[in-house]
Amino acid sequence: MSTLEKVFYSPIGRAVASKVGLKEPQKLRRGRSWPQGAIVLAALGKSTLAADTLMLLGRATEFPIVDSPAGNPPGYPTRIGALVVDATDLTQVAELEALRAVLRPAVRALEASGRVIILARVAHGDWETQAVARALDGINRTVGKELRRGATANLVVVDGEVTPSDLVSTLGFALQGRSAFVDGQTWHVGASSKIVDALADQPLAGRTIVVTGAARGIGAQISRVLARDGATIVAVDIPPAGEALAAVANEVGGTALQLDITADDAGVLIAAHVAGRGHELYGIVHNAGITRDKMLVNTDADRWASVLDVNLAAQMRINTVLLDPATAGGLADGGRIIGIASTSGLAGNKGQTNYAASKAGVAGLVGAMAPDLADRAITTNAVAPGFIETDMTARIPFVQREIFQRGNSLSQGGKPVDVAETIGYLLDPDSAGVTGQVIRVCGQNLVGA
Amino acid sequence: MSHNAVVIGGNRTPFAKSGGVFAEASNHDLLTAAIDGLSARFGLAGTRIGEVAAGAVLKHPHDFNLTREAVLSSSLSPLSPACDLQQACGTGLETTIYIANKIALGQIDSGIAGGTDSASDAPITVSDPLRRILLKASAARSTRDRIKAFAKVRPSYLAPEAPRVVEPRTGLSMGEHQALTTKTWQIGREDQDELAAASHHKLAAAWDKGFFDDLVTPYLGVTRDAIMRPDTTVAKLSQLKPAFGGANGTMTAGNSTALSDGAATVLLANEDWAREHHLPVLARFVDGNVTAVDHPAGSDLLLAPVAATGRMLDRNGLTLDDFDLVEIHEAFASTVLATLAAWESDEYCRGIGINSAIGTLDRTKLNVCGSSLAVGHPFAATGARIVPTLAKLLHERGPGSRGLISICAAGGQGVVAILEAM
Repeated sequence: MSTLEKVFYSPIGRAVASKVGLKEPQKLRRGRSWPQGAIVLAALGKSTLAADTLMLLGRATEFPIVDSPAGNPPGYPTRIGALVVDATDLTQVAELEALRAVLRPAVRALEASGRVIILARVAHGDWETQAVARALDGINRTVGKELRRGATANLVVVDGEVTPSDLVSTLGFALQGRSAFVDGQTWHVGASSKIVDALADQPLAGRTIVVTGAARGIGAQISRVLARDGATIVAVDIPPAGEALAAVANEVGGTALQLDITADDAGVLIAAHVAGRGHELYGIVHNAGITRDKMLVNTDADRWASVLDVNLAAQMRINTVLLDPATAGGLADGGRIIGIASTSGLAGNKGQTNYAASKAGVAGLVGAMAPDLADRAITTNAVAPGFIETDMTARIPFVQREIFQRGNSLSQGGKPVDVAETIGYLLDPDSAGVTGQVIRVCGQNLVGA
Repeated sequence: MSHNAVVIGGNRTPFAKSGGVFAEASNHDLLTAAIDGLSARFGLAGTRIGEVAAGAVLKHPHDFNLTREAVLSSSLSPLSPACDLQQACGTGLETTIYIANKIALGQIDSGIAGGTDSASDAPITVSDPLRRILLKASAARSTRDRIKAFAKVRPSYLAPEAPRVVEPRTGLSMGEHQALTTKTWQIGREDQDELAAASHHKLAAAWDKGFFDDLVTPYLGVTRDAIMRPDTTVAKLSQLKPAFGGANGTMTAGNSTALSDGAATVLLANEDWAREHHLPVLARFVDGNVTAVDHPAGSDLLLAPVAATGRMLDRNGLTLDDFDLVEIHEAFASTVLATLAAWESDEYCRGIGINSAIGTLDRTKLNVCGSSLAVGHPFAATGARIVPTLAKLLHERGPGSRGLISICAAGGQGVVAILEAM
């Protein structure tokens, strides 16, 4: 810890910082915890999609307080935990007023780490319907930025055929502390044939999941969270990281596989390990990644190739092997592939052309694979972490780090567990309708997309 | 009911020169790390293992229950019992035999054999006169008696004593004993240097192709065997001065094993247990044997494994040609060469009670991934290093492939074993 950092975190430093407007960041609600206050449900049309989903989740709801056109705006008597808006019937610009009228009192009354969740329909239909759908996205992003004290806003866009069954895992994730650092995001949920009648506590029980880059940081945390949710972990990392890898594998009761994912036979070795242990492979989390940062003018072919190979090409080669139905220990139907993109990839980041290429590539890859694997009920998704506090980011000089980690709507860095929880949601067998999505875990970075 | 004892796999730390990168690690630390790596590789966290047997040659008195304590520090179930065994450099193979025997008898389903040694963590003790004075002082009833006792302390008593590396019966170090054997068997310098260089080259090649990725777990940032010199040559080794056998000796630091730190483990089980737990079955533990020679009477101390090998082959109805691979522990390059020469000698073999010469070994079968000269030799760990390495090599060759292990040990003892791929 640098001297400057020590001073900053001393009682005097904290007092000065707060005077100049650098507030102590809100401690976020995390884990499988529900909002403390009431969950307010605002159905803006005839749809009962949100109401039925909340019933499956076993959450009691309250009616919203609606802003009046004139006079003093009415308020909630106590803090509320969440506002869930069913906007799936909205098609006209004039109808957006109904959304404003439920948002205004609710935003004011939202508790710390509260939630605004808007359900909307996929945009098709006439010009106005499509404009309204896009307007909802703008509203969501803005509410996310205006909310304070760790509260978040997210927009879930659903297909026409989606049933409450398809939304249980999504709405559960969005309301619970697991989505702590997911803010201002929009993602899509499609219909599936799965019947879901409750949120599972251990959705991954009995499922084998490979996590690459598992020895430390985010990968180690992914392993822990998935194991908590019941998964049997095959922890993969390069042989030189074996000591830390063994510690993770033993901690989560899984197995360690020392392996360089760029090796030609990496996919074969992973499948052989899974098959050898008598398991069926349910999912793989392609977490392993490297950076070789340089401004483009200083980026040579080696830096370019190594980053693209580790971060993108290697997982494509491994996927090819695991997706071959002839591979013993390959991905079972109904399985899951998770990639790790990055906000650097989605928004671009100075000095990271190679990294951005690879990470945006991952986003492209999961999008491309999703429709092709739909007939096997295999979903492919990615998470895009923003500033996550890890050993790696702890090495960023203090002032720069402070600026980075405060540069989002939640004014703080995320934790590895936030990335892991989002991955856990995507891996949930009940998230069968979520595919081809990239969910940013960035606290709504102010910079970039 | 038959109980096939099979080798599932193994794990070890990288080995390093003593006083080097592992200087701060104790035997307990090293053994725990080796067990934890094994546990991670095979998913044994929280698993109750039938028994864990391991040992150390250089051992502190406070490590009296070394293996059990290491188990308690590890991720294995604390309900896994353990014992310490020690048979000098044969420890790691003797523990394997012990565990395999218990499995074969149906007493346990699964077991871990191992060994650890840290020449860095050697027990330093006080001199005998000082110990007597301290005992007397502690038993004294008055201050006066206590002072009287302490008055007898002489400066020379205060020098700490490192464990002696000489044979108590002969007063000769292991190297000095081997120097006698080297001379008797007329083992040349160049042959020794060639064997040493080949050991380093074969080990380096195995590392480069990833052979050890599922046999070794890095420890304290050391990711490969630290003694290994991939670029050494016979020419470079020929420059070294003799270390044993006087000015005209042929044994150097380059063709003798270095004092080393490290730990190794082997996972064994009965075949049914292994298959039920979906664990790999690499090789069957066929037989093991230990013999001793009367080295104070002049026998070649480090050739004790020859008799062990001869008797074991006889009772299994096997000849040297029945083996696809042979692992002879490289205590010194000349130990291996003298062993091979002794195998070829009718006269020597008859002299030790074997019907005829054991035979001539096809040298391409010998130590194909290198051995102790390049890897290092933490005394008690070596056997537990060799067993999984050989089991994996045999398994790669296919079912029925047979391997022989020969390890010489202090006190004129030899520990040998046969593995057969499944």
